[in-house]
Parts: sequence; structure tokens; C-alpha cells
Amino acid sequence: MDYSYVIAIPLIPLAIFLLLGLFSKKIPPSISGWIGSLGLGASFVLSLYTAYHYFLEGKVNGIYQTFVYKQTWLAFSDKLHIDMGVLIDPIAVMMLVVVTTISFMVHLYSRGYMKGDDGYTRFFAYLALFSFSMLGLVLATNLFQIYIFWELVGASSFLLIGYYYTKPSAVAAAKKAFIVTRFADFGFLIGILLVSYYSGTFDFAELNNPEGIMISNWASTSFMGLSVFTWGLILIFTGGAGKSAMLPFHIWLPDAMEGPTPVSALIHAATMVVAGVYLVARLFPAFYFVQEGYALNIVAYVGAISSLFAAIIAITQNDIKRVLAFSTMSQIGYMMWALGVSKYNGHEGLGFMASMFHLFTHAMFKALLFLAAGSVIHAIHSNYLKDMGGLRKYMPITHITFLIAALSISGVPGFAGFFSKDEILAAAYEHNMLIYISGVVVAGLTALYMFRLYFGIFWGKDTSYEHPPHESPWSMKVPMLFLAVMSIIGGYIHFSEFVTADHQPFAAHLNYTLAAIASGVGILGILIAYILYKKETTIPDKIAGTFGALYTWTAHKFYFDEIYLFVTKKIIFGLIAAPAAWFDKHIVDGTMIGIGNVTVAISNKIKGLQSGKFQDYAMAFISGSVILAIVVFYLWM
Amino acid sequence: MNWNSLLLMRFELGLLILFLAVLIFEIFTGKKQKGKLVSFAIILFAIHTAVGFFPLEEGRLFGGMFRTNTLLYFFKNVLNVGVLIVLLQSADWLKEKVVAQHKGTEFILLLLSSLLGMYFMISSGDFLMFYLGLELATLPVAALVAYETSKRISAEAGVKYILSSALASGTALFGISLLYATTGTIYFDVVASVLTVSNLSVLGFILFFSGLAFKISLAPFHFWTADVYEGAPINVASYLSVISKGAAVLILVILLFTVLKPLFLFWNKIIYIVAIATMTIGNLFALRQQNMKRFLAFSSVAQAGFILLGMLSVDQLGLATVLFFVTVYIFSNLGAFGVVQAISSAADKENIDDYEGLYRTNPKLSLLLMLALFSLAGIPPLAGFFGKFFLYLAAASKGYYVLVFIGVVNATISLYYYLIVVRAMFLRKNPDAIPYFSSKLFMKLGLVLSAIGILVAGLYSPLYEYVYAISTTFLN
Repeated sequence: MDYSYVIAIPLIPLAIFLLLGLFSKKIPPSISGWIGSLGLGASFVLSLYTAYHYFLEGKVNGIYQTFVYKQTWLAFSDKLHIDMGVLIDPIAVMMLVVVTTISFMVHLYSRGYMKGDDGYTRFFAYLALFSFSMLGLVLATNLFQIYIFWELVGASSFLLIGYYYTKPSAVAAAKKAFIVTRFADFGFLIGILLVSYYSGTFDFAELNNPEGIMISNWASTSFMGLSVFTWGLILIFTGGAGKSAMLPFHIWLPDAMEGPTPVSALIHAATMVVAGVYLVARLFPAFYFVQEGYALNIVAYVGAISSLFAAIIAITQNDIKRVLAFSTMSQIGYMMWALGVSKYNGHEGLGFMASMFHLFTHAMFKALLFLAAGSVIHAIHSNYLKDMGGLRKYMPITHITFLIAALSISGVPGFAGFFSKDEILAAAYEHNMLIYISGVVVAGLTALYMFRLYFGIFWGKDTSYEHPPHESPWSMKVPMLFLAVMSIIGGYIHFSEFVTADHQPFAAHLNYTLAAIASGVGILGILIAYILYKKETTIPDKIAGTFGALYTWTAHKFYFDEIYLFVTKKIIFGLIAAPAAWFDKHIVDGTMIGIGNVTVAISNKIKGLQSGKFQDYAMAFISGSVILAIVVFYLWM
Repeated sequence: MNWNSLLLMRFELGLLILFLAVLIFEIFTGKKQKGKLVSFAIILFAIHTAVGFFPLEEGRLFGGMFRTNTLLYFFKNVLNVGVLIVLLQSADWLKEKVVAQHKGTEFILLLLSSLLGMYFMISSGDFLMFYLGLELATLPVAALVAYETSKRISAEAGVKYILSSALASGTALFGISLLYATTGTIYFDVVASVLTVSNLSVLGFILFFSGLAFKISLAPFHFWTADVYEGAPINVASYLSVISKGAAVLILVILLFTVLKPLFLFWNKIIYIVAIATMTIGNLFALRQQNMKRFLAFSSVAQAGFILLGMLSVDQLGLATVLFFVTVYIFSNLGAFGVVQAISSAADKENIDDYEGLYRTNPKLSLLLMLALFSLAGIPPLAGFFGKFFLYLAAASKGYYVLVFIGVVNATISLYYYLIVVRAMFLRKNPDAIPYFSSKLFMKLGLVLSAIGILVAGLYSPLYEYVYAISTTFLN
């Protein structure tokens, strides 16, 4: 079996980038949108073909094989060399499908959304560059290669977020995203240095090899009570936490919403932000076996805390894209802790499978949520919930697709999110009770904030619009409809047949008790949202009929309502969510800004040293020599 | 010694012939033809550069005072390419501003004699030759720094440079005499075998190191850098920051790895402290610069700090990573200075604010400057990233984790100020942006060459492998 054609999947977007980037002035916008979309369409079809080919024939004795095509690119020293190539295994193939699907849909959608925008061609060039970097990251065969593409992804997302360069906030956000993730990446870089130096290789296959130095011999090195390899993995995870917006590196994500909405759908829902999850999954055997999974435990708790934290904050946000941003952070936390609680063999590796499954379904419904939100923003030119209401009459397609995505993320039975979330919770239930409970709480909160958004946008009081909002063009509706279909049927894929930690298929079954609890909590969340955020409207009779029993029950709500209001508004909002949001804004964000300010302040303080007088310089020169002499003679001799 | 062995000095003799040729032609050219003489000299130098790539034998001359080998040939070629780019980038400035004052030829002659000094400095086999080379490399540059006689700031910079370098040379010379006092010889090979640790020899080393640290602008010997770069003509600042610094780094690393190796247990600590100080101070000062020349000056100070990381690994790996980084750094910095030069001669603007909106009016220049700055910042897959990464690996291979950590933190901070410039060009809109202009042929060539250098050094792996292979030279 030959999979070397896979190299074409990232190369097509690269070619498009070069074409659009170099001839941006000569190619009219009407054509550049088509070039980008068709190119990504080709990559998309090729990815589907690869998936079909691989999952059908890639097994030998029931185990999915890993195919590596690589070439030595640079021999660094006699021991260490750097390769470039493509690696094909179940998670790489799955990610290829996810990235090309979302990228293709976003390309189609952008043709409508960005129409008439100054710099339309430039936008498609950036999109292509981003797709190339992301695909290169997915296919990387070693740590060094993944780091290069990792940074390329960062640089191209910098360009995309800062696309509206006339908006100062967008420029600031672009810079913040780039610098915060770079801060995390410096941990990543040191991690790579440690791991590669001690194991003598960058290669994933070698690092994950149970007989390799890293896994079989981790105990031979130690630094401050932990194996050096454990330190390396923790530092590598820091890089992942930066890209995936885990605490405390998440501060760039909400601000990054300043970029165009299709960009948010591509980068902040489905591709770049899951790179951290992918990184941990890529090194999963190493994470699992080195020092009995010490680093993996950290992944689990960072994921769980981020997940809960973000879900709480999401309830209070009024900018709909910010709600989605925090929601993304929360769902990625889900994937992280699913990996964190997973074991390795067979059904024990449920968490790994579930994490990848959720990554897949989440990409579909979250991208859809962003695209639908973009459709709303496109129609009424505002991001704020207060400017919205009653939009279901004007935008039926957007309304339906948003509802499907919201039901899916809330884990309502029958939708994609239900299946993947259930597997994740089942994995946690088996291995870590504390995280399981937090996961169930997050499931409820997710449904609550998502339906607060839904009711606020599409129901509620009918804001008087100056111009009646109108439904988006077909170029935007088609991708939304496609993703809506995926947000339902995506859940019926038997993921455990394809993507598992040890590459061996196993049978996963729905755990009905757990599924009932999770979806019960989800529906409870929806109900609360319904009572809190929908009641101000004059509800149309037919909806009242649909929700018949429920509606008559809420008619008796007199004191229930008071209790609900007290519990939710006063306790959840006043005592938990609002302080959490404050903490996030002032302490976490403030610390990061503080580090920057301190650096600048020091820089200002010492400017007097550079006086411009030669006497001072000569003084510094001589004292420099004298100080060196003193240091050497009195400290070391 | 016979005529054949003089061929070992091909680089030096070639440059000398070129020098004389330009001098002679100067006598016979009329006043109106002086502009052509500049082009003529540049073409001659291009030929000299090309000839340098033909292979040569290794050997010694003058009883070991002068030595040469593959590694030195390689580095002389790098210096040649660098000087060629500097000359190309300054051609327009020379023709328009300097030739009118009848000083065009002197500029080239001074530059070439400084380069000759560097050849001798890096090829030196004893401290005497080393010192002669050092002075020959330094003195002409002082005249170059003060070249724009009509500008007060240029004259001030010239004075500062000559005073600082006199101080540095004096200190270095004192250090050399102390080393001579303890060993009784000035020949590198002999010094290496008889040098032992004593108070006197360590003091000698410290003073010698201070002198070289001035050339490399290591903290706290770097203060002259910003003032001189700001006052000097841009191409001279460019020359100082890449060629002069590069040659000094090479001779320092060679001496540390061979002659001064017996003092390793002392100099590694000095390098350690100075590396941290240089990276940090360079970064902190670079953060608040408004003027592109001052900004690049402090950026070059910070970069010098990184180079020291590789020197802590006294083996093939250390030498290779230092050599590779210097090569990469030369091209990246030349790219950045080239754009500053082009903009300065077209629009007479040198501040970062003036660069706002540059991408919209001059996309190619902005792209090159972005390439150069991202390479300096160490963003993959550009050359500067590999250079830094390899230095980290070299230092880590000897267990200097804390230093590597500090280095990576500093690299992250440095990203911030490089990004300020990139942001100004790409993400800011400015109605008064510098209007579109087209550079002349030589300038374009100079810019294109530096761009190619950045890309080739980053992506063409045989370059590093070659450097690694030749780095065994001094270690046997």
C-alpha cells in the first residue's frame, strides 16, 4: 500500500497561497475565492479518499499500521538528525478529514461573508497558508517538524486574526495571541530539547516505541524527583496548553474573536485550538508509560479545571462570539481530560478514543455554531446579545442549523455530541470519579449557556431593527447545512472501530445509565435557559402547543421562578460566575500583562545607563573587566 | 617557502591587488567618471568573491604567524559575500551623496583595508599577527563611521568609536602581555601547551576577553554600539554589526577552543555571566527604541549574547553551531539593514513609526524586512530559528539547562520588539505611508542576495552539514 500521495494534501494549499500571495494584484476577487475553494475541495476529496483507503485496508492482523515516508533533512551531529516527511496513522487520517472538511466549508462560506471586503484575495491567501501549516502539523513525523509547523500555524493565525488591521482591537488581539502562545511554546521548545537530547531522537515512532529509550528507560534520569522525560513531556504539554487555550494560557482566545468570523470557525473551533489535544494524542504512549503517566495526570487535571472554569464564565458573556470562545475552551478541556484519564489497551483506552471522537464531532458542531453566529452578525452588524432577538422569523436556515448545533453540543440524545460526550463521561466514570462529576456539571452548564444564547438570539423580544435582517446568501447557507447534517450523523460513526490508542479496534457500547444522567443534566440546563431567557416573549401558540405540558407547568411558576432566579442569578451569577469572570479578567490576564509591563518598566528604568557620554561608557567598560575579575577571583578561585 | 606557498595567502593578496587597482584607476579617472569607478570596484570585488570559492590547500607561513585551513577559507568566503552585499547596498548612496564630495573611492578603500585586517586577524597564528589584524580592521572603520562630515552626529560617533576602540585595544594588549608573561611565548600552539592556571594568566585572559568583547558588543562592553550605529552611515553600521562582529566572534571561539582551553574552568563562567547579561540588556534596551538603527543595534547586542551559548560546548558541535549561527546572522542582519538603507536613501526616514503601512506601498521591501526580522527573532522555518535552536542544543548537551532556559525566555521577549516593526508595516494603516519607490540595480541585487542567504541558510541543509564537517579543523 502506498500512501505517498498524501503529501499532495498540504501541498495544494501551499501552491494556492503562493499563487494568490504573489499575484494578489493581478487576480480578480471573483476568481481568487474560487481558486481557494476548489483547491481546498481537492484536498478534501483526497483526504476522504485517504481515510477510505486507510481504514479499509490499513490493517494487518487487526492492527492499524503506521506508514511513514520521510527523508533525512539535516544531520545535526553524529547522533541526532532531523527528518521531514509524512506520517499516516489513525489519528493523522482523522485529523486530515477534520481539517480539510472545516477548511473547505470555511472557504465556501467566506466567499459570501467576505464579499466586497477590501483585501479579499489576501484573505484567501492567508486561509490557504493556514490550511497548509495545519495539515503539515497533522502529518509531521517528528517533534522538530511538528514544532516548525506549529509556529507556522501561529504566524498564519496572527495574520488572520489581525486581518481587520484598521481595527486597533484586532491588531492588539493578533499580537496577544501570537505572544501568549509563544510564551507557551518556549516551554514546548525546552521540552523538545530535553526529550531529544536524552533519547537521541526526534522521531514520534521511536519516542512512542515501548522498547525505545524514552519509555523503557525513563527511570535512568532524574531531576527534582521526576524523570527528565516527565519534565520534557510536561513542558511539551505547556506548548499544547498554549495553542489549546488551557488555563492559564487561555487569555488570548476570547480576544482573538476580533478576527473575521469564518476565521474563528476555522482556527478557534476546529483546527488550531485542538492542536494541543492532537499533540498529546500523538505522544500518547509516551505520556502514558513514562513514570506511570505522571504527566498524563497533569493533562487530566488541567483539562478538567479549564473545562469547568470556562463553562462558568461562558454564562456571563454578552458578546456571542465570546460565549462560543469560552465554550470552545471548555470543550477542549473535555478532550484533554478524556486523554488524561485514558489507559492504553483495548477498551481501557476508551478515553483516548472518546477524546478523538469528541474532537471530530466538536469540530463539526462548533464550526457550525461559529458560522451561524457569523451569519447573524452579518445580518445585524453586531456581536452583542442585547441587539438580537426574535431572529428566527428572518433567518430560518440559520435558526435551524444553530439549533441543531446547540442540541448537539448540549448532548441531547440522537445528536452527534451526545455520543462522543457519553463515551468521554463513561471513560471518566471508570477511572476518575472527581473528574466525572465535574464533567457532568460542565455538561449542564454547557446546555445552559448555549440555550441562553439560542433563546436570546432567535426568540426573546423582537428588537426593532432599522432594516429587517435578511437570510444569508446560499454560499453561506450551503456550508452551514452540510455541517448541520454532520452534527447529527457524525455521532453514528463507530469511532472505536477506527481510532484507538493501541491501533486495535474494540467495541464500545453506550452506557445507558451514564447516558441518561448526562443527557438529563443537559436537558435540565436547557430547561433553565428556557425559563430564564425565553419567558419575556409572547410565545406563539404553536410552540406552546409543542411544549404543551411544559408550558402549563411553567404557568404555575410563581414561586418556582423566584427560587430559580435566586439560585441562578444570585448564587451562580453573583457568587460564582461573576467572580470567576473577574478573576479571569483581572488576575490571570493581569498577570500576563503585568509581566509585559514590568519588562517595559525595567527597560525604562535602565535607560539612564545609556547616557551618550563616552566617559560613562569607558567607566562601564573598565568596571566590567574589574567585576569579571572580582567574580572569578573571589567566587571561584 | 616558495612562490607556491604564497598561494596560501590568495585571499589577502587578491584583496591587496584589488586595492591597488582601484587606487591606480582613481588617479586616471576624471571627476565626472568617479561614479563609474564605484561600479568598477564593486564588480572587481564580486570577482574576488567568486574566486574565493575555488578550493585551496591548508598550511602555515612565516614560521606559523599566518595559518589557513578549510574552516578559515569558508569564513573568509562568508565575510566576502557579506562585504559584497554591503557594497551593493551602499552603491547608490555612494554615487549620489559621496562621489559628489570626491570621496567615493576612499570609502571603498577604507572598507577593503578593514576587511584585509580581518583576514589577517582570523588567520593569525600568534598574538602579534592577531593584534596587527585587529588594529587594521578597526582603525579604518573609525574613519568610515565619521564619513558624513556634514553631520555632527556622525563626527560624534566617529570620536566615540575611536576612543572606545583605543580603550579596548589597550586592554586587550595588556591582557596579551600578561599571557606572554606567564608563558614566555606569543605563538598560539606553544601557548596552548604551556598555559596553566594562575592568577596572572586568568587576569590576562579577562583583560584580553574584555578587548574582544568590545568588538562583539557584549555587555557591559557594548555601550558604544547604539550611539555609533545611529551616527554612522547605515552601511557602515551594517558592516560593523555583521562583518566586524562576525570576524571577532570567530577568532574568539577559535582562541577559546584552542589556546585558552587550559583556562576553560574559568572562562566558561565568564561566558556564562556575560551571555546572560548581554541577552537581557540587549533585549531590555531594544524594547524602547524608536529609531531603526538604534533598534537594530540593540538587537545585534542581544544576538551576540546567544552566540556565547554555543561556545560553552568545547567540541565539534559547539564550533559548528557558532559558525552556523554567525553565518545565518550575517545574512539576516544584512537583509534588515539593507531595507533600512533603501528606505533611508529614498525617503530619508529612519523611525519605526515611519514604517507604518509600508506593506501597502512597498510590499516586497516589507516582506524582506519581515523575513529578516523573523529570522532574527528565531521563528521557524527561517534560518535564525535553526541557528538558535542548534545553539540551545549545543549548550544543553553540556548540561547548561538554566542558561538555555534564560536564552529561550529572552528569545520570546525579543519576539515582542521584532513584532512591533512587523506590526507597523503590515497591520497599521497610514495615509502618510512612505510612497512606492523602486531601488536601483545594485541595491536590488544586494537585497535579493541577502534574501537568498536567509532562505538558503535556513532551508538548504547541506550548508549546516558542511559547517559541521569542517568544524573538526581546530580541535585535533
